[in-house]
Amino acid sequence: MAVKVKIPTPLQRLTNGKDEVEGKAGTIIELITDLDQKYPGLMERISEGGKIRRFVNIYVNEEDIRFLQAENTTVKDGDEVSIVPAIAGGSLK
Amino acid sequence: MPSDKLFISPVVFNEMISHAKEVYPEEACGILSGDNDRVSYLFKMTNVEHSPVSYLMDSKEQLNVMKEIRRRGLRMLGIYHSHTASDAYPSAKDRELAFYEDVAYVIIGLAGEIPVVRAFSIKEQKEVKEIELIIG
Repeated sequence: MAVKVKIPTPLQRLTNGKDEVEGKAGTIIELITDLDQKYPGLMERISEGGKIRRFVNIYVNEEDIRFLQAENTTVKDGDEVSIVPAIAGGSLK
Repeated sequence: MPSDKLFISPVVFNEMISHAKEVYPEEACGILSGDNDRVSYLFKMTNVEHSPVSYLMDSKEQLNVMKEIRRRGLRMLGIYHSHTASDAYPSAKDRELAFYEDVAYVIIGLAGEIPVVRAFSIKEQKEVKEIELIIG
């Protein structure tokens, strides 16, 4: 068993069209670092300097990691991680 | 890519405008869903920034609504938000944060006396193309 990672449509071009991939247990940032080995470019789109980008939401079993331990939230085999781009914008130039 | 037309029911259209007026002077935001190119449901979302110049949807609500849309066998067809004092056209920030290429970005402009509603597709976070909005 592994960690199930749901990939959003905009990032599926980096995962060869897959909407779900498997990752290793550990912290969220370790999980993403590991996935980046298999799917180069993924880490850059999700994080910056070891931190999750502001406009990317990551949920572990439907809990937003910002309300857990952010990048240091740990995931174990069987957990489901969803990566969902935020919906944001506004008239500010 | 969304198609070049988006049909929207009059009820949803009016609800969207009411929502924008209701939260004014803050920007309103929400999700439009339906099937094919026809919007039949609207989900009013919380703008956690509570700002007159920007919006960010509540992340938990966003996940719940996306799941609810799938549960109903529908699709997310559009994302709407209001511009409280500027044109109904995607700003630089709107383009930069347009991660959903397959939906229409609907903007309600409240700068004039009468609200102006326009819809766009935004490709690669920069290319803007207007989508015809048909109420009916």
